[in-house]
Amino acid sequence: MHRDERNEVVEIAADMATGVSRREFFQLAGTGLFIFFATDPMAAFQEPSRLPGRPSYPTDFNAYLRIGGDSRVTCFVGKVELGQGSKTALAQLVADELDVSLDSVDMVMGDTDLCPWDMGTFGSLTIRQFGPVLRGAAAEARAVLLQMSADYLHLPSVEQLRVKDGVVTCAQDEHKTVSYAKLVEGKRIERHLDKVPVKAVSAFTVIGKAPRRKDALEKVTGRARYAGDMTPPGTLHARILRPPAHGATVKEFDTAVAEKIPGVRVIRDGEMIAVLHEQPDIADRALGLIRARFEPPQPSEDDRTIFDHLLKAAPPLQMVDEKGSLAEGEKLATRVVEETYLNSYVAHAAMETHSAVAAIEGGKLTVWASTQTPFPVRQQLAQAVGFTPENVRVITPYVGGGFGGKSASRQAVEAARLAKITGKPVQVVWDRAEEFFYDTFRPAAVVKIRSGQNDAGKLLLWDYRVYCAGEREARQFYDIPHQRTQSAGGWGGGNPPGLHPFAVGPWRAPSVNTNTFARESHIDILASKLGRDPLEFRLAHLSHPRMRRVLLAATNQFGWKPAPGPSGRGVGLACATDVGTYVATVAEVAVNKSTGNVEVKRVVCAQDQGVTVNPDGSRQQMEGSMTMGMGYALAEEVHFKDGAVLDRNFDTYQIPRFSWLPRIETILIENPETPASGCGEPPITTMGAVVANAIFDATGARLRQLPMTPARLKAALRQG
Amino acid sequence: MRRSISFMLNGKPVQLTVDDDRMLLWVLRYDLGLTGTKFGCGAALCGSCTVIVNDEAVRSCITPVKEIAGKRVLTIEGLSTNGHLHPIQEAFLNHHAFQCGYCTPGMIVNAYALLLKKAHPTREEIIRHMDDNLCRCGSHTRIVDAILEAAGSTKGGA
Repeated sequence: MHRDERNEVVEIAADMATGVSRREFFQLAGTGLFIFFATDPMAAFQEPSRLPGRPSYPTDFNAYLRIGGDSRVTCFVGKVELGQGSKTALAQLVADELDVSLDSVDMVMGDTDLCPWDMGTFGSLTIRQFGPVLRGAAAEARAVLLQMSADYLHLPSVEQLRVKDGVVTCAQDEHKTVSYAKLVEGKRIERHLDKVPVKAVSAFTVIGKAPRRKDALEKVTGRARYAGDMTPPGTLHARILRPPAHGATVKEFDTAVAEKIPGVRVIRDGEMIAVLHEQPDIADRALGLIRARFEPPQPSEDDRTIFDHLLKAAPPLQMVDEKGSLAEGEKLATRVVEETYLNSYVAHAAMETHSAVAAIEGGKLTVWASTQTPFPVRQQLAQAVGFTPENVRVITPYVGGGFGGKSASRQAVEAARLAKITGKPVQVVWDRAEEFFYDTFRPAAVVKIRSGQNDAGKLLLWDYRVYCAGEREARQFYDIPHQRTQSAGGWGGGNPPGLHPFAVGPWRAPSVNTNTFARESHIDILASKLGRDPLEFRLAHLSHPRMRRVLLAATNQFGWKPAPGPSGRGVGLACATDVGTYVATVAEVAVNKSTGNVEVKRVVCAQDQGVTVNPDGSRQQMEGSMTMGMGYALAEEVHFKDGAVLDRNFDTYQIPRFSWLPRIETILIENPETPASGCGEPPITTMGAVVANAIFDATGARLRQLPMTPARLKAALRQG
Repeated sequence: MRRSISFMLNGKPVQLTVDDDRMLLWVLRYDLGLTGTKFGCGAALCGSCTVIVNDEAVRSCITPVKEIAGKRVLTIEGLSTNGHLHPIQEAFLNHHAFQCGYCTPGMIVNAYALLLKKAHPTREEIIRHMDDNLCRCGSHTRIVDAILEAAGSTKGGA
């Protein structure tokens, strides 16, 4: 179960390095103007040290743009639409640079036959990675089309030409006009992206606006199709016998009663025992009639004992960053504070469970999958069924939420194996218990901080050790002369067997939620011990202008009034960097001391993400991040014992709901000349600390473990 | 028990021969091809499968098809009429009150049930009524705003 997602992805990347040729696209793509372009997502990815080697991209492009004779502009990218709105934002970039209407731009995403290779949709990379190059590609296309227009209209140069909605007109003679469509009709023109100047920010007409999302109409009418909505003729629905715990093995099983249901097929393939039927509910009923005896695994950790285990079993600490000298810092420090922070396993719990439909026709396997990684999944499928990757196509319809959890796509492999055996299309849709059981949880983690200050309260020493969360944003950003950051184990590769009792993986802003909770709680503790206002204390140690700016923007809007904590008001703040973005959050809470319940009343978040492609889409991501973040702050925690995942549905695993909602305010810092950084993750990272700091401000009780459940809060109140 | 069951589905009569213990969700999705109604939890804990039966919101994942015999069933597919979106759908569209969209049909249908009962609910009443419909993307504030807007434009007193 300790699959190494990250390594797996990279190995596949290396395999694929020469796998995709332009020739394959030639056959499919037809006529028009094609602009091929390349990006290197790894450059923007923050944890290169985790990667054994940087994968090179297939040929010389990994996305392309087609301007067709039908007036449609089509952009082909391997990214997928998980709800984050990239289908709209990417199209906006194209429309603006090319001077065509947004409606005329189609996005083809996550289809391995039509789109060039892509590593996967995660790490807030879509706009960061594709934004600049996609704009460049569209600008290149526009330049080519203008030159063609000048030739077509017998004009000496392109200087007199203007473009609106894909129609080129001579400024001096408006009868001289031609459309993009007319120019490329019946032709096939290819260009590779060369450096072409993109539009100035002031010339944007579509970027920076908030048009209607391209997926809006389908999603409000129920017409949006997800993997589980695909049922090719003859589809069988599969339910698979699952062990009661990770590590349990089946010893005996009897399917005789299940097989009495008309139309039920039972298939044993290696370790997999599946029942199939034309109706999913009848397959499910049959599954319930299988009698099976499992041998339980060796006793292992539970959700209380896990933290001691993690400290003992974690791999050796690795140096992340070092500055100054810890020995010198120790010498100078007169006030030393040491604290330990704990974070729990949390589930992704997307509303759509892992789903896939696999069909084999004419020696080719097609799989519709809810996945964040269609190309790596293609490779897994090819291996699982013994096909060459060229004979496997993964189509990614709308995905009903991912948050990192659909980077692993076991369900697609299950569907493909069963389709191969039965010769029929097979649909696998996990139920909620399977979704919890096979989820790649955010790892539980421990952070130990030893900090030192002089008598004036100046921070001089920072010794930071994070166990099992990962190193992303472990390095702190305050001005501290002597500091060391070390990390042991993470959500990706390199964990020793048995470290976690189940799979772990990336969960929205992997590593950063834990690292931010620890750092920002600790800074708050230091401020309070000195009797200083937490904003003033932070600013006294912060020289980075972008961080200062978001902190001031959030606190100004909130109406922050300086006071040392605990002030009894229930206000807190926290700030973070993530995926190149700066974020600061202020929260106000009300604590019921007798029940231990926390009501988050108001959250104000300011974000500097460079240029904003779509302000409404960005705000959606921020609101979503803050709402989702209340879950891991206050309630979400996977319960487990001896390899069994005790949470099986939303009765015990509580995610944020309407009645939890605070007043949410979002601030987007205007910073249009800075390239876009990540948007979909940063505001979730501050939610643990900002709520912890507000609870402390309200009550004087400091919670050092997430989630801050009523029981933990009451225990902290008793300790005083 | 396998038998013939008749009901009205999105304004049209439907007759099916089915095992009447089967849950309405599966019959809608796989027998009738109406895939807008979603599976999320199978235990009436998330609301993705919400449909309207005789003006009441029900969870189709725990509603045996025998219970809807002779009744009126409305799903997300039946909400727009003559190509016009229902005001709740319009409001969800205007507010972008969704991200991944998976919970959206259940949200819209449950909001529809609320506005049938109470044309002009307060924000608090909306929150109470919608509280058992889960959304993981965090579109909650926009959903509440959309329902408030739809309530302002729905016939029945405004």
